[in-house]
Amino acid sequence: MNTLTLWFHQFGSPPIFHRVTARLSPWLYASATLIGFIGLYGGLVLAPADYQQSDAYRIIFVHVPCAWMSLFAYFFMAINAFIALVWRIKISEILAMASAPIGAVFTAITLATGSIWGKPMWGTWWTWDARLTSELVLLFLYVGVIGLYNAIEDRRQAARAAAFLALVGIVNVPIVHFSVTWWNTLHQGSTVRLLGPSRIDSSMLWPLLLLALATHVWFFASVFARARVSLLELESGKDWARSAVLGPGAAHD
Amino acid sequence: MTPTRKRRFILVGLILLAVTVATTLSVLALQENMTYLFTPSEIIAGKAPADSRFRIGGMVKENSIERGESLTVAFVVTDGDDDMRVEYEGILPDLFREKQSVIATGSMQGGKFVASEVLAKHDENYVPRDVAEAMQNAHRKHDVPVSADVPSP
Repeated sequence: MNTLTLWFHQFGSPPIFHRVTARLSPWLYASATLIGFIGLYGGLVLAPADYQQSDAYRIIFVHVPCAWMSLFAYFFMAINAFIALVWRIKISEILAMASAPIGAVFTAITLATGSIWGKPMWGTWWTWDARLTSELVLLFLYVGVIGLYNAIEDRRQAARAAAFLALVGIVNVPIVHFSVTWWNTLHQGSTVRLLGPSRIDSSMLWPLLLLALATHVWFFASVFARARVSLLELESGKDWARSAVLGPGAAHD
Repeated sequence: MTPTRKRRFILVGLILLAVTVATTLSVLALQENMTYLFTPSEIIAGKAPADSRFRIGGMVKENSIERGESLTVAFVVTDGDDDMRVEYEGILPDLFREKQSVIATGSMQGGKFVASEVLAKHDENYVPRDVAEAMQNAHRKHDVPVSADVPSP
């Protein structure tokens, strides 16, 4: 077995996952907070006002990172759902289910900030264009996954049923991303591009990228924290879980 | 991969493929109903519904804004090829101005478009004000047409 597969196998074992993420979590939370504050300071204080929207554009520094995360979290959930369905790996089931509420909150923030931004700039809180509607469908998918997971008694069966919904819903992710290119929408096209130059001045771009990094790190910190709790719940009868919670030695009481 | 896992892999893959194909087909079939807006040339070509409400999209033509009594306003929306006169009564969004993309909801009434809602579309460019002004001055100096005016603060 090569090193990578070995690492995956080890990371997939509940006690090791629990131990490694417990050690990682404070660092992830701390760096996400630090990077996030630098990004917010850069975006809200240092970055110059926009020529059209003046200071009102600054909501981009919350809206866009959250929108990226709403898609990233779904992608992460779907990948784990796929692994959970095919290989029945416990950690993947738990990771997929742990990312659903976080993704749902990021989606809700995206919709809320978009609405707040839309009122003064476009002149409306909401319109049924392709981008807005597909993002709303994304929120419903997250809510559906959470609901299905909690509707079934057996935790592992529940995770597999919800993983199936999560996996099927992945078709919506490219629709959200490409909606502004495929259709005429009120929402403008992509500003930051992986291919080709971005449509934003570099003095405004760096805080945006920092905040995107901060939200990604925060996502992993949060997913790991949730996953640890569900893992302890699921494995509560096992020795390692008892000693992880009650301290070493408690396992054989 | 064990045979069971292989079977599950193929099964899940096939389901995913089927869902993708189904979504693609329904999106393609609904393409016409998913049209968010019509451009002036599409309206003149008769693609827009004649007697129901729809949205028109395009740029506000230069020197075409006529302000009437109280909040009534009329302007011409253009897509570069054709023009359409739009009439509206109400509050316009902050970004509404000449050479700005707008989307208006309403219906055709005798050759002109009577709107009940006007929304401004903003583009994906974010530029600091001084950079935009410097660019505009450079454009003027070299006689290059300017894409959008810098609004007075």
